[in-house]
Amino acid sequence: MPKELMNKKDIDRALMRMSHEIIEKNKGIEKLCLVGIQRGGVHLAKRLASKIQQIEKKEISVGSLDIAFYRDDLNIRKVQPVVRRTEVLFEVTDLKIILVDDVLFTGRSIRAALDALIDLGRPASIQLAVLIDRGHRELPIKADYVGKNIPTALSETVEVQLVEEGLEDRVILEKVSSEE
Amino acid sequence: MLTNKDLLGIKELSVEEINLILDTSAGFKDVLGRDIKKVPTLRGKTTVNLFFEPSTRTRTSFELAAKRLSTDVINFSVPTSSVVKGESLIDTALTVQALGADFIIIRHSSSGVPHLLAKKLRVSVINAGDGTNEHPTQALLDAFTIREKKGKIEGLEIAIVGDIAHSRVAKSNIYSLKKLGARLRLIGPPTLIPKEMEVMGIDIFHNMEDGLRDVDVLMMLRIQMERQGKGFFPSTEEYSRNWGLTLERLSLAKDEVIVMHPGPMNRGIEITSEIADGPRSVILEQVTNGLAVRMAVMYLLAGVKR
Amino acid sequence: MRILIKNGHIIDPSQGIDAIGDILIEDEKIKEINIQSKEQRAKSKKDSPPTHPSPSRGEGKGEGESLLSESRIIDAKGLYVLPGLIDMHVHFREPGFEYKETIKTGTMAAVKGGFTTVCCMPNTYPVNDNASVTEFIIRKAAQEGYCTVLPIGAITKGQKGKELAEIGTMINEGCIAFSDDGHPVMNSLIMRRALEYSKTFDVPVISHCEDLTLSEGGVMNEGLMSVTLGLGGIPPEAEQIMVFRDILLAELTGGRLHIAHVSTEGSVNLIRYAKKRGVNVTAETCPHYFSITEDAVKGFDSNAKVNPPLRTERDIKAIKEGLRDGTIDVIATDHAPHHRDEKLREFDMAPFGISGLETALSLSLRLVEEGILTMNQLVEKMVLSPSRILRLNKGTFKVGANADIAIVDINKEYRVESERFVSKGKNTPFEGWVLKGMCFLTICKGKVYEW
Repeated sequence: MPKELMNKKDIDRALMRMSHEIIEKNKGIEKLCLVGIQRGGVHLAKRLASKIQQIEKKEISVGSLDIAFYRDDLNIRKVQPVVRRTEVLFEVTDLKIILVDDVLFTGRSIRAALDALIDLGRPASIQLAVLIDRGHRELPIKADYVGKNIPTALSETVEVQLVEEGLEDRVILEKVSSEE
Repeated sequence: MLTNKDLLGIKELSVEEINLILDTSAGFKDVLGRDIKKVPTLRGKTTVNLFFEPSTRTRTSFELAAKRLSTDVINFSVPTSSVVKGESLIDTALTVQALGADFIIIRHSSSGVPHLLAKKLRVSVINAGDGTNEHPTQALLDAFTIREKKGKIEGLEIAIVGDIAHSRVAKSNIYSLKKLGARLRLIGPPTLIPKEMEVMGIDIFHNMEDGLRDVDVLMMLRIQMERQGKGFFPSTEEYSRNWGLTLERLSLAKDEVIVMHPGPMNRGIEITSEIADGPRSVILEQVTNGLAVRMAVMYLLAGVKR
Repeated sequence: MRILIKNGHIIDPSQGIDAIGDILIEDEKIKEINIQSKEQRAKSKKDSPPTHPSPSRGEGKGEGESLLSESRIIDAKGLYVLPGLIDMHVHFREPGFEYKETIKTGTMAAVKGGFTTVCCMPNTYPVNDNASVTEFIIRKAAQEGYCTVLPIGAITKGQKGKELAEIGTMINEGCIAFSDDGHPVMNSLIMRRALEYSKTFDVPVISHCEDLTLSEGGVMNEGLMSVTLGLGGIPPEAEQIMVFRDILLAELTGGRLHIAHVSTEGSVNLIRYAKKRGVNVTAETCPHYFSITEDAVKGFDSNAKVNPPLRTERDIKAIKEGLRDGTIDVIATDHAPHHRDEKLREFDMAPFGISGLETALSLSLRLVEEGILTMNQLVEKMVLSPSRILRLNKGTFKVGANADIAIVDINKEYRVESERFVSKGKNTPFEGWVLKGMCFLTICKGKVYEW
């Protein structure tokens, strides 16, 4: 029986707070851009961009990044990852990039995203914004902006469901019966 | 997910698998647009190009695709190889497998050779052209190009012109475009179009003008000079006069028609230079797309569990 | 040697026998044959259910037991007792290609398949176009052959189709018919002369009908399948044109023509027409031409590569009808063994041929099951007709005849496993097929072979 951890309003408030934090920490949005990791991160990046634009009354660039080619677990996975589009229509060199993902778990996706970004150019800096941090890091990766910290067991999964995917906005926690 | 460890032909692919390859190719085309055109995804794997027939463009395309995926690539061309010393096909392939190949990309003049190897080997076998059977990656890159330019394939009027009987490119395209729902026409002299194809629900035209009317996509095939002496057509001049693509003939097609050619072209015989270099031609894009499609094929085959 | 075969269903078309009975063999000949009356049959029915012939000693694994001084009783209840089958078309590859098959291994395969007489084609190396090769084959067969081997001599020297071979001399040495099989005689004049000349010796000329100019580059039947697979096609007309030509030449010359391995509907029609006109022509087909179509080539399986090629359902239907109405006289195997490495290569380059001796009977029994032929008629196709055409005086249980016998269980099911063939040739498209009916025991040349 999945447990709802955040509802539509919770998510919206968290994103609003994170938008303000991003602007505060970077002292404005000069040379700042958002890159969402396929798929969950892309929608969140767009939402963050829209909120930041509301606050600063200025445009901020958004891109999407597919990390299928950079994963380190291709041999172990049961199902081959689907390849999606990478749309970063701006030059990343010298920009401050905010990587956006929905759930931060082992940190391996982020490592893959870092490799992908660096193959695109030489950013001035890369920061990380995630909606949920569920712990259990396997690599030294830390998020700069977190929507909510949720301690979990390895036997559980956390899923972020979004309207853009045809579902209701919510974050659910579910116990998984078998090991992946 | 693909179901087989090998890519032997379009005949063996379902519509879902074809679409998966095309969708994945789009992702790889993005990579090719970047400064760093390489991804580490198949790092540590080994690709062997086993080409028993001469080929520059296809072999180079596969070699580049394999390198862009970070695999190690070895080229094995027949004239310099042990095959000249009488080694059998199977022995050559087993040796290559024993050397640690993960992918064998094979081109051979006998139909069915990739199928034979696929049965005997653990590695992924990719058909780069076997006899007059198939050339699946060519058909896939052609379908990708059409989809990119026209937004879809279903319902399009597509004409293939030339020596269809001896063209593995034509055959593979016929199978894939039929599966994807296009309406196909074949244009050429009766000696070069197998009459059996009518049974497959394809319209056959021997008159170029009739066949070209209102066509959305035009695929020109290379007329092979070797066919000249064997009674298929009297001369290349006569062939060109009846089935060569000129601007006048092209005007019979739809205004937005795209002109394709698998290469290499015989300029002035099956196609004029003005058209080949003109605004309706997508010939060079086919080459670029070929790279993305081959990367996608290798990526997807690597993910098939044995 | 005395053997009594009891309670078997004896089929001997030469004497019109199709009944339960006993056969007594003495000194390698048929001593006595006794048909049971209805009462005797009713009595034996009450006894134990049908068993396989019980060996009177140990388990035989294909080795012959020569029972010169002993007696033996074989209970053939529930089994058919047939005259040993006669295959008038095999390729034994010796001399010259012993790695594919030898007379020894080939005759072993024959005996396993229920054949006690085979006729081997001359495309050996050297070609059997002269007396010394004929003599070699006959000598080898006498020394090592498990069954009777009768050589077929070449029509032309080297089978090159240009000069007639020394037919008379070869007949003296032991050849019983002539053929360039493997190749057609393309030159019509030479074929005419061969048919005319053969009349001197009253031997049949066996024709491999193929117009090489039409079949050039072909490796399977021409049609949608060959187009789809990208393989060269052999149109049915390549066979039909030569069948018709040979029929006209037979009519012209009065020679005896036998058409080998008929594979198409068109050929069956032509032969039917010829027979109506009274032309002296006989014809054979092979089990693969009434059992399997060109679909077997899908996936580029070179075990399905054979010449003439496997055709279509329509052709199968016509061949069955041709067998039924007598247009086709004989079922022969065209046993063509090849080494495994030769078949395990590019389809274009693999040699043509199917190793057929060990599956022929089972495949042919399906015709009886389907109602196309009666058991009697099957025995005619596989025993009496070849004997008649080749003037062999074999295939009969008349008293005094050679004891060439095959005991067959038509109900036993088994799976075809080429690895277990005794022939060196494991090339069969029937791998994995579950077939019904097999030969259990063969008596030939004074020996008993059982499995």
